[in-house]
Formats: sequence, C-alpha cells, structure tokens
Amino acid sequence: MPIFWLILAVLAIAVAGFLGARHRALSLAGADRRSLHSLPNYYGWSAAIAAMLPAFAMLALWVVLQPIFLNMRAAPLLEMDAGGAAALAMADVRRVANGLALGLSSGVLTPDQVASITPEEVRSTLGAIGVALGSEVSPQTLAAAEVYRAGQSAGTAAMSVVVLALAVAGAAWIWLRTRPETRARNGVERVMRYALLSAALIAILTTLGIVLSLIFNTVKFFGLYPADEFLFGLTWSPSFGGGSTLGFVPLLWGTLYISFVALIVAVPIGLLAAIYLSEYATSRVRSIAKPALEILAGIPTIVYGLFALVTVGPFLLDIFGAGGVLGVSWMRGATAVMTAGLVMGIMLIPFVSSLSDDIINAVPQAMRDGSYGLGATQSETIRQVILPAALPGIVGAILLAASRAIGETMIVVLGAGAAAQLSMNPFDAMTTVTAKIVSQLTGDADFSSPEALVAFALGMTLFVITLALNVFALWIVRRYREQYE
Amino acid sequence: MTDFGATGSHPHELRRGRSLFDLDDRTRRRNRSEGAFRWLGIGAIALSMVFIVILLGTIVARGLPAFTQTTITIEVPLDAAVLDPNGTGDPEVIRSVLTFGYAPLIERGLAGTVAATGVETELTSSQLPQLLSPGVAATLRDMVAADPSLVGQTVQVEALASGRADGYLKGRVTRESLARDTNLSPAHLDVLDALVEQDLARRAFNWDFILGADASESRPEEAGIGVAMIGSFYMMLTVLLLALPIGVAASIYLEEFAPQNRLTDLIEVNISNLAAVPSIVFGILGLAAFIQFAHLPQSAPLVGGLVLTLMTLPTIIISTRAALKAVPPSIRDAALGVGASKMQSVFHHVLPLAMPGILTGLIIGLAQALGETAPLLLIGMVGFIASNPPDGFIDGFVSPNSAMPAQIYEWAKRADPAYYERAWGGIIVLLLFLLVMNVLAVLLRRRFERRW
Repeated sequence: MPIFWLILAVLAIAVAGFLGARHRALSLAGADRRSLHSLPNYYGWSAAIAAMLPAFAMLALWVVLQPIFLNMRAAPLLEMDAGGAAALAMADVRRVANGLALGLSSGVLTPDQVASITPEEVRSTLGAIGVALGSEVSPQTLAAAEVYRAGQSAGTAAMSVVVLALAVAGAAWIWLRTRPETRARNGVERVMRYALLSAALIAILTTLGIVLSLIFNTVKFFGLYPADEFLFGLTWSPSFGGGSTLGFVPLLWGTLYISFVALIVAVPIGLLAAIYLSEYATSRVRSIAKPALEILAGIPTIVYGLFALVTVGPFLLDIFGAGGVLGVSWMRGATAVMTAGLVMGIMLIPFVSSLSDDIINAVPQAMRDGSYGLGATQSETIRQVILPAALPGIVGAILLAASRAIGETMIVVLGAGAAAQLSMNPFDAMTTVTAKIVSQLTGDADFSSPEALVAFALGMTLFVITLALNVFALWIVRRYREQYE
Repeated sequence: MTDFGATGSHPHELRRGRSLFDLDDRTRRRNRSEGAFRWLGIGAIALSMVFIVILLGTIVARGLPAFTQTTITIEVPLDAAVLDPNGTGDPEVIRSVLTFGYAPLIERGLAGTVAATGVETELTSSQLPQLLSPGVAATLRDMVAADPSLVGQTVQVEALASGRADGYLKGRVTRESLARDTNLSPAHLDVLDALVEQDLARRAFNWDFILGADASESRPEEAGIGVAMIGSFYMMLTVLLLALPIGVAASIYLEEFAPQNRLTDLIEVNISNLAAVPSIVFGILGLAAFIQFAHLPQSAPLVGGLVLTLMTLPTIIISTRAALKAVPPSIRDAALGVGASKMQSVFHHVLPLAMPGILTGLIIGLAQALGETAPLLLIGMVGFIASNPPDGFIDGFVSPNSAMPAQIYEWAKRADPAYYERAWGGIIVLLLFLLVMNVLAVLLRRRFERRW
C-alpha cells in the first residue's frame, strides 16, 4: 500500500517541520519569549501546514489524473472504437496490469518473466496468484496492460518523489522564514478559515453531485428512449432483453395515490394530536405522549416495511379479500395501495404532529386570550381563531409530509407491490417511483441500457417534485413565522 | 353604578326567572361540541398509542423466537469405512471427504437416536434427516477436519433442527400447515415430539443468530446478523470519522465566521434542502459518483458510510449550529476582551461549551444513519450472502459486506416464514442499538445541559 506509506511519510515530515519551526522560533526569541509575535505552537503549525497542504493536494491530483492519463496511453493499443465494449476491455487491461504488478511485488514473477509472458500464459499465471480473469487475454490486451503497468509503476515512483519533495520543501521553506516577528498565527488562522469554508461548501458540492449525476444519466437515457414517451406513456413494462415500454404515468399515479392515502391517515390524527397536546393536555400527559410519539418517528422505515408486508397486508386481506370478513373480494394480494398507505400514514403521524405543534405554539397567546375574553369556549377558540391563524403553517407542514411520503422507499418496496397499473381501486397492488428506482438499479443490468438508466430519470423527477414541494412549504412556513414575530 | 337602574332591557331580563346555572339549549350545545372536540383529540392520541403498542408488540412477539434455536442431540458413528476407506489414517485423506460423504452417517446416527426413543414411525431413515438442517454435514466435516482422530468413534452432536422443525416447536408451523409442504410431514412431528419428551430436542438461546453470518436461502436456521452488524459498525465508523469534523467545521463557519453574502445564503439554502431530499436520491448519488465515476468497490461499507455521511451531514449541521447558537455572546466577548483571536475564542471557549449539544446531535444523526436502508440497496449491499467476517481492520472498510437494515430487507425478501422470524429478530437487535444510542443522547443532554 504505497499511498498509505506515502501519507504516513508526509505526516512524519509535518511533525518534524512542526517541531523544527517551533524550536527555531523559540531559540531565535532567546530568553524573552514575549518577543515572539505568536504563541510558539503557531510557528510549528505553519510549518506542518506548509508540509501537508501542497503534498496532499498533489497526491490527490496525481491519484485522480494518473489512471486517466494511462487510459489515454493504453486505449489506442486495443484497436477498438470508444464505447461500452472498449470500456469493458479497458477494465480487463487494468485487471491484467494490476495482476502483473501484484505478481512482481509478491515475488512470484521476475521482471524478465513479465517482459516475456505470452497472452496464452497470462490467465493461468495470474490465476495462480489469485487474480481471476473472466476470459483469455488477447495480444492487444496484454500489450496495453504492459504499457499500463509500466506507466503505473513509473508514475507511482514519480508521485512518491514529487510528493515527498513538496512536503520537505514546504516545511523547510517555512522553517527558514521563521523569525520571532513572523505573523505565524495570522497565517494559520487564514488556512483554518478556508478549511472551515471548504467544509461548508460540501453542502453545495453534494447538491451539485446529485444534480449532475441525475442530469448526466437522464440525458443519456433520453438519448436512448424518447422523452415524451417516458413522460406521458401509460404503460410500464420493462424487459431487460430490450424493447421495454417505460411510461412514467402509472408510477406517478401509484406514488400520488399511496401518498394521498398516507396523508388521509396522518393529517387528521397528527393534527388532532398536536391540538390536544398543545391546548388541552396537562404537562404530565404531554411528558408521556410526546416522547411516545417520537418513538414512532425514530423507528427505521425498514421496520414499517416489514410491518406492512407481514402484518398489515394479511390483516387487510382477511377483511377485504375474497372470503374475508366483509364478504367482498376487493383485495387480491397482501401488497396494495392501502397496505403501504396505511403504514406510511402511521409513520407520518409524529412528523405532522410535531410540525403542527410548533406552529400552533407560535400563535400568540394574546389571540387566545382575546377569544376567551369574548366568551368563546376552548374548542371554538381553536377552530375559529387558532386554526385559521395557523392555517398557512399547517399547509406547509402537510406539504412537507407529502414530500416525505413521495420520497419514502422501504415501505412501498415491501408493501405496495410490483405491478405498475392505473387503477382507482385502493386495494390493488401498485408501484411507485422510488420502488422502481430500487428494482431497476439492483438487477444485473449494465448501466448503459435504457432499463437501468430510466432509474436516473425517475430519480430526477422525484428530486424535482420533492424539491419543489419543500421549497414551497418552507417558504409558506417562513412567511407565516414572520407574521407573528 | 349610576346607569344600573336605567337598564330596562338588560340581558338579564331575558333570563328572568331562571337561575344562572340553568343552562339554555345553546350553551348546552356549545358545551357538548366542546366535549366532543376534546374527545377527538384524546382519540387521536389514543389511536397513535394503539399503533405504537401494536407495532412494538408485533416486533417483540414475532422477533423473540429468533433468539432461540432448536437442536437435536444425535449420536453419529464416524465410520472409518466411509471417511477413510483405505485405513490410511492420513489427515489429508480424511479432510478430502466431501460434506456429501457425511450425509449417510448423519442418516444412520439420527435413525439410531430415533430408534432409541422407541417411537414407531413409518418414515424411512432417508426421510428422517429432513428434521435436521442441511448444514449439519458441513459442521460435522469441520469437526472431523479439526480432529481427524475422531474417525472410528461415535460422537455426540448438537445438530441444528431444520427451519420447519424449529418452527414447529415455536408454534409457527402446525400440522395443518404442513399438509401442502413437501419438506416435512406430520409423521416427522410425531418423531420430534418424542425427541422433545426425551429431552433430545430442545430450544436454547441462539448465540449464532447474534454473532453468526448470513446463510443461503434454504437454511434459515443457520442465518445470523453478526456479520451485517460488523458491516454496520464500519459504516458508522466512517460516518463518525467524516461527519463529525466536517459537520462541526461547516457549522462553525456558518455560525461564527460567515459574512452576510450570496455564497453564505447559497450554502444555507443547500443545507436546508438537502435535509429534505429523499434518502434514495443519496443512493443514486452514491451509485453514480462513488461507484460509476470513482470506481470504489461495490457493497463496501466505506461507500455506504460515505453515502450515509452526505445524508446525515445536514441533520448534524443543523443541530450543531443550534448548539453553537446556545452559547451566549458574553463568552465570546470575554475571550476577545482578554486578547484571544476570533479563532481562539471559538476553538478554546465556544466549542468546548457547545460540545454536549454537538455530541447529542451527532448521536441522533448516527442513529438515523444506522436505520437507513434505501440508499444501501442501490450501492449493492443486498443480494448476496454476507458470509465471512472481514479479515482485518482495513479490509473491513472495503470488502463486500451487508448492513443490519439491508440484511433485514434481504431476509424479508426471501419470503419464507422462517426468514420473516429472523427479520423480526434482526429488527429487535437494530432497535436495541437505536435505543441505546437515543438513551445515550438523552443522558448526555441531561447531564451536561447548561442554562445560561
């Protein structure tokens, strides 16, 4: 693991730089340490930073760029057109090259043997040292692998030299410049500030990463499958052999239907619970009921998924299925819109109630007092004064809950079924956008087929819908808060 | 008081002759609706509590059986004629016998044990081993390979009962449900009852479930959650090592240093939006960025940890900022007043005071990450059998593994009642971890919370 040792070496140089610069500052200051501009450790830190920062930056850059550069060198030797097949062949090349390098480093192969190895021998030789190759190696692959391996070993050696040199140079430069009047603290603090800023920038980078990975693959998908047929198609029947119909509408319908059922369950219960807890309940009831509701919020969604699949689904089937209690046969299987929606509703109760609780508490006490003063009862106050005042905030909370429901995955994967259909019957199995993302990306399909790429387009629509809902909901909630501040 | 006498049309006139405590219809109606509304609220709370009780009750009732396992004690004659036909006594030769070779020995051993109980059965001796796990042969083989001198002796083995036989003792499998089952017949259950009477078949606490590895689809009795637990541990370690420094650094910047400008606004908007992005989208990001683009290994806890880090960062940043905000400005002013730089005042004074709050938020973020499943499905932490614990510390980050919630999902998908039981049992283990973490967070808050 040369990179691991390289990192250790740079760290060692940084420690040496730290001690050296600190010592130098102290000895130059002589007996009177007050003549130092900064505390002694800051001199040490500036040397350590000067050793690590450029060295690690170079290391990261090199690790990223070297494979790209080597690919460019080795790819022409394969004599193939760029594309999926060439990418697969390049993976073979890398595997052979790494195998040969492993053989060299473990001493199984001598450099002469590597130089004279024939394509026929490669598979058995590498198999003997634990590198399994899927197929026989062609002469072109071997040649490319040889170029790749040579470049890799030379590159790695050069990288070690350059990185270590940078580290030593950085530390030495600061060490030489260390004087008692050097403003070491200011420099260190400036670097720290940029480090803090770059940590904060990760939030932007993550969003950017999400957007780019979605857009990039969605565009690829629309290159293989017409966008209008995806967006307005009424049938969803993927087949991994090709010739799939990938219509988005049934998935959207299933998603919205299940979310609707979930909200029908969660909003009344959650809202009434919040009203009771914030307006009626004694503090003892509150101190028990609130943490209990939070238990529901803390349970992982996979638990709800299994609950839907094994408990709620069969229970509903016993009532609404053929030969059930009601004697109707609306339900054909345990997985259905109702199953997933009901369980998702239970999951959302604490979400709705805690958001509504905050919002109801934000209504000023003066409005309640005014209403009581006019002789209204408590429930009249709530219904005619507090709820209208809190309405925008509650709408925002419901929208946030809807966005949660639309993005929920595990409950629908286990509880909603796999059939994509347009049906009004809430006891039919339906599927959702999230469930299909999972099923399209967990198969063995390669990532260049439309059947796999469609998951990215689905992810894109999911991202856009939930983002729009969130932005809108947060905007409403914020405006509402400002009203009473 | 002067106008008191002049109130000929005082409202009280309307109720003349009636007591103030005698309610009129309208008041009664209003009071009734007041009571009804109140009961609605109580009903909502009660309904939620009922849901909690049903959910937790289901988990406990269905999951607890996974923590016990039936074993059947059988005497297996390790026949030298089968294991070492040439009488070489060479350990190499004995080790080369396949598990297949042990099947007849187990058959003989079980038949002997059953015959000793004196129960009459129409089952042939080749049907009897359906009571046992198919993994018993491998266990026996490992035993002999470890100690070749056992060949020729008769050994007593605590053999795992098969999933269905185990289910019968747990009440999951009944004689009726076996009617359309080809793997076990009611006749087997008679034998099993006899074995239980003789204390040869008994249920004991199942350590292998907590510490063991996943098993193939046909052997639920061997499956355990231990290896997935290790995978979860490495993921949580990754999240801890990345999310704590990055989250704290980002919060310090935003709370203490960030100027009021567009960049800061952009960062803040991004954080609040990321907190609401569905977790599956983070899975897509992980797949595209870490696996497709950066060629990190699939199914590795490292990648899972990276994805979960990105997912929990917003939560951690939001709670850390709240903790920093709770430290009063006077602390900062005092530090600056005695000559500390801004950076020193933050790192030497504000941060240590905010630490309990930060750690509480971190633990809650970790608990959220521990239970998250959806993104892990996309980066390939399901669909295989996590059978081997990692070889070393570093290997634990990169070698393919599962995670607890992913393992539960995998078991749930196998659609076998014996695996449902394991899944519920896995959920109990997972919830225990979450409970410990949340209690820890609450204690931390109680112990160190400071009111300024």
